Amino acid sequence: MKYLDEYRDSNLVRALLARIERTVTRPWVLMEICGGQTHTIMRYGLHELLPKQVEMVHGPGCPVCVTPAGILDRAVELALRPEVTLVTYGDMLRVPGSQMDLFSAKARGADVRMVYSPLDALRIARAHPERHVIFLAVGFETTAPANAMAVYQAEREGLQNFSLLASHVLVPPAIRALLASSACRVQGFVAPGHVCTVAGCKEYEEMACAYRVPIVVGGFEPVDLVQAILVLVTMLEEGRAAFANAYTRSVSYRGNVYAQNIVSEVFEVADQTWRGMGEIAQSGLRIREKYAQYDASRLFDAKLVEPTVPAVCINAEIMQGLRKPTDCMAFGTTCTPENPIGASMVSAEGACSAYHRYRRQNVETMP
Amino acid sequence: MSAILCPLSHVETETVLMGHGSGGKLSAELFRAVFQPAFGNPILNQLGDQALLEIGGTRLAFTTDSYVVKPLFFRGGNIGSLAVHGTINDLAVGGAIPLFLSAAFILEEGLPLAVLQRIVDTMQHCAAQAGVQIVTGDTKVVEKGSCDGVFINTAGIGLVPKGVQLAPDQARPGDVAVLSGSIGEHGIAIMAEREGMSFETEIASDTAALHSLSAQMLASGAAIRCMRDPTRGGVASTCNEIAQASKVGICIEEASIPVRPEVKGACELLGLDPLYIANEGRLIAIVAAEDADQLVTSMHANSLGVGARVIGRVTAENPGLVTLRTPLGTLRIVDLLANDPLPRIC
Amino acid sequence: MCLAIPGKVTKIVEENGIRIGQVQFGGIMQPVSLDFTPDVVVGEYVLVHVGFAISRVDAAEAERVWSMLEEMEMLAGELPVELPVETTRRVRPRRERP
Repeated sequence: MKYLDEYRDSNLVRALLARIERTVTRPWVLMEICGGQTHTIMRYGLHELLPKQVEMVHGPGCPVCVTPAGILDRAVELALRPEVTLVTYGDMLRVPGSQMDLFSAKARGADVRMVYSPLDALRIARAHPERHVIFLAVGFETTAPANAMAVYQAEREGLQNFSLLASHVLVPPAIRALLASSACRVQGFVAPGHVCTVAGCKEYEEMACAYRVPIVVGGFEPVDLVQAILVLVTMLEEGRAAFANAYTRSVSYRGNVYAQNIVSEVFEVADQTWRGMGEIAQSGLRIREKYAQYDASRLFDAKLVEPTVPAVCINAEIMQGLRKPTDCMAFGTTCTPENPIGASMVSAEGACSAYHRYRRQNVETMP
Repeated sequence: MSAILCPLSHVETETVLMGHGSGGKLSAELFRAVFQPAFGNPILNQLGDQALLEIGGTRLAFTTDSYVVKPLFFRGGNIGSLAVHGTINDLAVGGAIPLFLSAAFILEEGLPLAVLQRIVDTMQHCAAQAGVQIVTGDTKVVEKGSCDGVFINTAGIGLVPKGVQLAPDQARPGDVAVLSGSIGEHGIAIMAEREGMSFETEIASDTAALHSLSAQMLASGAAIRCMRDPTRGGVASTCNEIAQASKVGICIEEASIPVRPEVKGACELLGLDPLYIANEGRLIAIVAAEDADQLVTSMHANSLGVGARVIGRVTAENPGLVTLRTPLGTLRIVDLLANDPLPRIC
Repeated sequence: MCLAIPGKVTKIVEENGIRIGQVQFGGIMQPVSLDFTPDVVVGEYVLVHVGFAISRVDAAEAERVWSMLEEMEMLAGELPVELPVETTRRVRPRRERP
């Protein structure tokens, strides 16, 4: 597949890795913000191939992982109502709330369906006017436009039986929170290429400047990612803290203005709770008053109580890059992808889950 | 460790979940927790795709499977072809010559008879092609809403030729794993027809009866340790089962796994791994390394094995684990999934 | 975090007032909303996330970067090839480790 296979070329990855090897002279701690990038690193074992001096820590960029358990509890509660059909993305079906996940709700008789696209959610609402279709819509900046479009389109069509249970998060406030922490070890960031495709580069450039930390936008294939890491290492070795875009075939400086417009038409910025990280000011999106009739949390009086996380879980530190999943005593014992305790074990993109799936101690990785 | 409590982790244990039928970890748990304690005996405990029975000096293979597929009809087949092929294949991978099938139908009130007729005709056609007879059966009807149109159960009996000794615990370090063709076509063909999946593809299910292929493989004289058909849970789950049963590691070369562009496209788009997607006409054989070429050559002579190739090797390292060597030379774990793979957005 | 895959636009139609493209990914076709990429034309590649094109893949830019990467590979990094990125302001880094 064009623009995919060539960016998995092993020779090119090796050439880029060799160049990193030649460039690096001392240890650096880098964070890939996005869970998709974590997935690529684990899937291809890139962290094993990077020079020892380059330590990758995994960021909070997995929307499934950071969706608050309270929202899932709410979704489960709504799904169990007889008049409700709850639709959501495949990833969300197995994410546990404080009591159960949506699959378990389905086992108890709830009408829960999976969709690939928000447009499919609308299609279900159109086809079943007798049901109220609630779309559990989660995501970062990348997904928000599509979710917003569902609301916008529902309004345009005058659909009366459709609403959004929305939980959207924004990357820059989380990164700022991370950088503001005195414990932060991260010296350079690989910024999330698909978030920047939509949101543009301005905020990341400002952060690079304000916090004097290099930030490079990276893609999701091995070549893209290693290229971004090379740029970061080069900057750090040269003593520069700049912003750069290493995913230019998709990301423009302004981002996608059409997508940004639909997001600000339907949503407004609001405080948001992140699973595993707590509340971060102005880090989420909520549905504007104008579209209140499509807001499930307004239609069905919602009180979100965020359950407490067990003390054993070091998720918050993992998401800030302070510790590794393998540092956690629950990792792989009481906390597994089937029985997740912390947010990072919840989705395949979460750092703990990726570690659990692809890497385990005592596995011989050399031929 | 007893202090660790997990208030978030109430994975429902009081009710049956869809994942219990996925062929992954939850299925294995259900078997261990419910069925094995009740039914356990030396034959069942071998955990083969088929039970091997010795009756009066004759060795029989016996198996049963239920078919609950949505939609009933899909590109390349329907529930009827699966019900015949699936049970034949469970016999075939035990090295047996399939002889007789039973067929039991659970029908939903209101099902058009024409639909049933199409399914039954398909079953007869598939059975005749495979040279097996459907010799006994049963029909029950349940109230509307109690099942999805038709559920079918088939059981099969086959004859195990003298000298054939295949079992999932026979893989040894040094052996190699052979796969009969490209993967994931059945699972993707089904997915393309499901609600909420709007992609279009020409891909057809690979549903096929594998007994002629398995017979040819056995006749090649290669030292085959075991065969499996990677249905639910795909190649990844089948390799895990063999690795666990034989207490060996299996290391797959990622670049050697044949994946057609349709399956690749769908998997990239939906964030799925083809290794976990179901097949209904493929088999995996573990064979002594020195006989691998001979086996693969014999498979190429059969239309169901033209894509056959070595995909990995059995190792003494990492017993019970399946690993995968990426094109970059790194190794990653190919775990058993708890549930069916689901499309993801992230 | 966000799975987005490049595919080729093979056809464009209007549906319920939404501009829909038939987009090819390997061997499959998927209808994709082109609402956020109104300028895209048949034959171009778009990056698709949850059924929406979120950008047009910039073929010229991809070509430019690719040839630089290839050059780097061929030279095996012996010569200082300019890194294929867009950079902006340069500031001194905050933290450095000895």
